[in-house]
Amino acid sequence: MSNLKSKKPVITERRKFISLMAQSIGLSALGGMIWTGYIEEAKSAPLILRPPGAMSEPDFLRMCIKCGQCAIACPFDTLQIAKPGDAKPLGTPYFVPREVPCYMCTDIPCVPACPTGALNEDSVSSVVQGEKVLDINKSRMGLAVVDESSCIAFWGIQCDACYRACPLLDKAITLEYKRNSRTGKHAYLIPRVSSDYCTGCGLCEHACVTKKPAIFVLPKQVAQGELGGHYIKGWDKKDENRLKDVNENVTTKTKRSELAPKDYLNEGGLLDE
Amino acid sequence: MSKFIKKHRFLFFRRLSQLSLLILYFCANAYGFKILSGNLSSSLFLNTVPLADPFAVLQMFVAGAILSIDVVIGALIILVFYMTIGGRAFCSWVCPINMVTDLANWLRRVLVLDKTEKKVWLGRNVRYWVLGLTFILSALTGLAAFELVSPISILHRGIVFGMGMGFAAVLSIFLFDLFAVKNGWCGHVCPLGAFYSTVSKFSMIRVKHNQPNCTLCMKCKDVCPEKQILSLIGKRSGDVVSGECTNCGRCVEVCDDDALSFGVRNYINKNG
Repeated sequence: MSNLKSKKPVITERRKFISLMAQSIGLSALGGMIWTGYIEEAKSAPLILRPPGAMSEPDFLRMCIKCGQCAIACPFDTLQIAKPGDAKPLGTPYFVPREVPCYMCTDIPCVPACPTGALNEDSVSSVVQGEKVLDINKSRMGLAVVDESSCIAFWGIQCDACYRACPLLDKAITLEYKRNSRTGKHAYLIPRVSSDYCTGCGLCEHACVTKKPAIFVLPKQVAQGELGGHYIKGWDKKDENRLKDVNENVTTKTKRSELAPKDYLNEGGLLDE
Repeated sequence: MSKFIKKHRFLFFRRLSQLSLLILYFCANAYGFKILSGNLSSSLFLNTVPLADPFAVLQMFVAGAILSIDVVIGALIILVFYMTIGGRAFCSWVCPINMVTDLANWLRRVLVLDKTEKKVWLGRNVRYWVLGLTFILSALTGLAAFELVSPISILHRGIVFGMGMGFAAVLSIFLFDLFAVKNGWCGHVCPLGAFYSTVSKFSMIRVKHNQPNCTLCMKCKDVCPEKQILSLIGKRSGDVVSGECTNCGRCVEVCDDDALSFGVRNYINKNG
């Protein structure tokens, strides 16, 4: 009876411990959510250009220890280390081709400097006579894209600055000759970028004569589409190999494709009656 | 003057150690003077010996990174050194943030802020929760969570590679320590400090207390950034065994009575 009368809660050691734990876990959850929010925001910098040999962006972020040894090794000071205010994942290396492009050193000093393998030596090496040799031309830092409306070559003005600057001249950038029907006696020299060869070094972007470059490097995942398993060059043996691994029957299902055409055509509903 | 030097001898060597590390790292980047190149996350000593931050490497591992031999060796070198010899010495002899928080702490003493300001409660165990959280978030987000926000890296990288807006982070730590909580960052929040506290429980170099000499002036407790570890002062002789001791040596140098000294830990007799 006397127990019922006393309304004052008894603060036992157990109660103290439980509420302390609840507080700690609760505050950790609060802090964790804010922290995660920051991390997720911070790592979504889709327009960042990484050094040669960098793994895919999520793997790169996981592997990069942010030591900056690649930037120290870079003889041209191309590589910068993201600092607060750059709006890029802090401490990771990147470069801005318009400021300093990658000059494609043949010994690629930045890659062996990486202690973690976030810059993967194998991806920029080729095997020559059974020996692994660094090959900068295999790097894929990004892909150059041309904005036709601001590129003066598309106006018919002769400019081949990007073509001349390209270290893989006539492979990564080729000039396409077209008749200029406006003047009737000149040619357009149109720059075309080949994604098979372009390393994304940005020498073209650096050389471009327009105020804001008409040719610029974007990360590959931004600049490129993806075919999926639907389309194939039937005339190309190599392209057929691409589908070797696709064994499931991939069918796209959309709202419209739920019904076969003969169903919805026969059922009416296409015309207002 | 000589008394002032004697009273600050460890402080002098700590600043020397902190600054010379910064200068070496800075010179490696700026002038190609490669004695120690990289930064505190990972570096290369004399172009051959890899060194790495074991806490950063552990976060990467939790985040799912495949660790290269270089960083594993580097992290082990550092880890074994602090675990067996140095204790939590990273915090007071290497970490550049230590200079910032020591300045804030010194200002607190000069301005008598401890006596006048409103107290903000924050437990010293918060850091261990932050430490746990670091690993959970590293696993969830797939990247080393603390490395992305660490003011230590921001300051250190800032000095080596360029500061940007990083001074704001450093200033925040300074203001937090000056006006919010005494030893707020290093003694309450920092998960790197918590990491080194945890792993350096059994390290060799320890502060030793000689109780009969102690006059209970409490100067040591005044300067100690981790007061709770000095619970043995005036009570019994022995080693300061807590991993939270940063081996900064402030207590040893301020002691007028020869009651505190550095020494090798007595592993056999637990009570010293």
